[in-house]
Amino acid sequence: MIVELNGRDVELADDATVADAVLAAGIDPARRGIAIALDGEVVPRSELPVTPLAEGQRVEVVEAIGGGAPEAGGSADAPFSLGGREWGSRLIVGTGGFRSHEDLERALVASGTEIVTVALRRVDPESEGTLLDVIERLGLFVLPNTAGCYTARDAVRTAQLGREAFGTDWVKLEVIGDDRTLLPDAPELLAAAEQLVDEGFTVLPYASDDPVLARRLESVGCAAVMPLGSPIGSGAGIRNPYNIRIIVEAAGVPVILDAGIGTASDAALAMELGCSGVLLASAVSRAADPERMAAAMRKAVEAGWAARHAGRIPTRLHAQASSPEEGLAELS
Amino acid sequence: MDGEDQTRSGADLVVAGAGLIGLSCALEAARSGLEVVVVDAGAGERASEVAAGMIAPVGEASWGEEALLGAALDSAARWPGFAERLEEETGEPVGYRRCGALHVGLDRDETAELRRMHDLHGELGLESEWLTAGACRKLEPGLGTDAAGGYVAAGEAEVDPRRVLAVLRIACRRAGAAIREGVVAGVRDDGSGRVAGIELADGSRIDSERVLLATGVRLGELAAAGTAPIRPVKGEVVRLRARPGEEPCERIIASERVYVVPRANGEVVVGATVEDRGFDTRVTAGGVHELLREAYRAVPEIAELELTGFAAGLRPTTPDNAPVIGRAGPEGLLVAGGHHRNGVLLAPFTAAAIGAMLQDEPVPEAVAALAPGRFAASGVAS
Repeated sequence: MIVELNGRDVELADDATVADAVLAAGIDPARRGIAIALDGEVVPRSELPVTPLAEGQRVEVVEAIGGGAPEAGGSADAPFSLGGREWGSRLIVGTGGFRSHEDLERALVASGTEIVTVALRRVDPESEGTLLDVIERLGLFVLPNTAGCYTARDAVRTAQLGREAFGTDWVKLEVIGDDRTLLPDAPELLAAAEQLVDEGFTVLPYASDDPVLARRLESVGCAAVMPLGSPIGSGAGIRNPYNIRIIVEAAGVPVILDAGIGTASDAALAMELGCSGVLLASAVSRAADPERMAAAMRKAVEAGWAARHAGRIPTRLHAQASSPEEGLAELS
Repeated sequence: MDGEDQTRSGADLVVAGAGLIGLSCALEAARSGLEVVVVDAGAGERASEVAAGMIAPVGEASWGEEALLGAALDSAARWPGFAERLEEETGEPVGYRRCGALHVGLDRDETAELRRMHDLHGELGLESEWLTAGACRKLEPGLGTDAAGGYVAAGEAEVDPRRVLAVLRIACRRAGAAIREGVVAGVRDDGSGRVAGIELADGSRIDSERVLLATGVRLGELAAAGTAPIRPVKGEVVRLRARPGEEPCERIIASERVYVVPRANGEVVVGATVEDRGFDTRVTAGGVHELLREAYRAVPEIAELELTGFAAGLRPTTPDNAPVIGRAGPEGLLVAGGHHRNGVLLAPFTAAAIGAMLQDEPVPEAVAALAPGRFAASGVAS
């Protein structure tokens, strides 16, 4: 029989399956990172060898490069790749708002984080005795942020000063619209991101949960996009998980859920939605027991990541017994 | 004392630092009959010159700070007697006033956070009464209409720290203590693990078998490594003045971001930012803007007051926000510092503790948890 394979007619045996068609295209059907569609419908990998073909059907083999999130198809053990470096932890912790340096240090250790954000406006790296001492002692990577900036020019300048002061060209870019909501000012953010990328910065922008803005930020060269779950410090969780999913689906750079996390399940949900990491501060710093909450967040991020890659079951309306019902002893 | 040879002199106790903590301890020692010399490096970095002077153990209570709370409650109870005795000895007022404090939320979120604090007060057994928005405004009619609820801590008090400093200096001199200008450069020991005195930056020495270091944000530079890991935490304040009849409030009014402290003499202090910027004492436009904006939200009438000044000070702060009080390093060396936001509050407690240590008498119970050695064990200190 003749079927259409990636736009070309090929001849296959009459009893050929979809798997045979893929093999005929020179591709191993077991390979990761490919998707196969039959007449426009995706065929699950396990069903490739048992799905029969009929004369004239259309088979498409798509390699998942670009497009989908780079890590979405990766294995659960894949390291977290951000800004051209690999990291052991997918949790990034902000250092503001802790009641004491002791609380901060214990929480950072318990979180297992490798990257911490520091407000350029609030901390002078030339001074001794600031929280930078704590971070340095723990050997963590400092990601300066532009918190407190309201215009693109202000943010760019702050980032430039930060590059000199901290000796890093990484920046968590924040351009805030007003101090009541602390929501990002999208046009200013995009303008600042474009300029900083042009100046060689590794730019990680704090953004609204807006898929279009996320795409624009990626297209100007940001190393990640960091949509909010809800306003900074609100602890209101992820208010629009659909938008986060859309952002993840479209992104070719890591998506990091930034802001709004209130408790551990919020962080787990972010990872289950396909985010590559979570950035949080208040949920830990303002908890009654920051150290314990930091440990909870570490586990939540790990759990959410594992669950994302473990292949969850579909939700069903009705029950399905987990134990077999055939062959049970009759005990009447 | 003042007429003696300045290059070499002696005393029973040398106190390095003439801030609220140093002078309170010096006075306690002088009253007990010790010959005391206080070395005063000047007002430049003295936190008590900028402090608002709240005696507020309830408002400052937080999770995981039980050791600090014990000392704070002990000290707040000592304040009336401390103030009264100072005024008796000198005839000068220190402005102590048990005015109470109203913590008010200016929107739903702030009020929910206050409610959480109020619940904590309940768990800790602290005096704290929850009030509806209407009850808040009835108590303090000058409150802005944004007030959405809050709690009143009726036992909180205030004092004018600059008055206290001036009165302490008088009281110290009357009790026989000498106060001399100078910068302490180091502590000397006698080679066998005992303190022998101090050396000043000008090369002169004061011999003494006992030395108390109370040099605030500079304490870490003098104390033995690891015993006083203290950093400066910047705070900006704005000072206003109310004419008679213009007083914007009766109590201390605190919102999420500012406090407004009305003094009996008409001064109104609005504070304070919390900034981790090292030894930076610049007052910034943004800091003043935020203080005034938030104070205006809480108590709109402050807009009518005269603006008399602003200042930035440095809080001496340890990794756990609680002070270090006790013996450290060579025998005879004591430290008292790192009081963070609570120097005014904790001055009587600190003086009592240091006084008891000098006399080998039983110390207040709460001081055990504030020993300078605690950071070396936890590994938190550098």
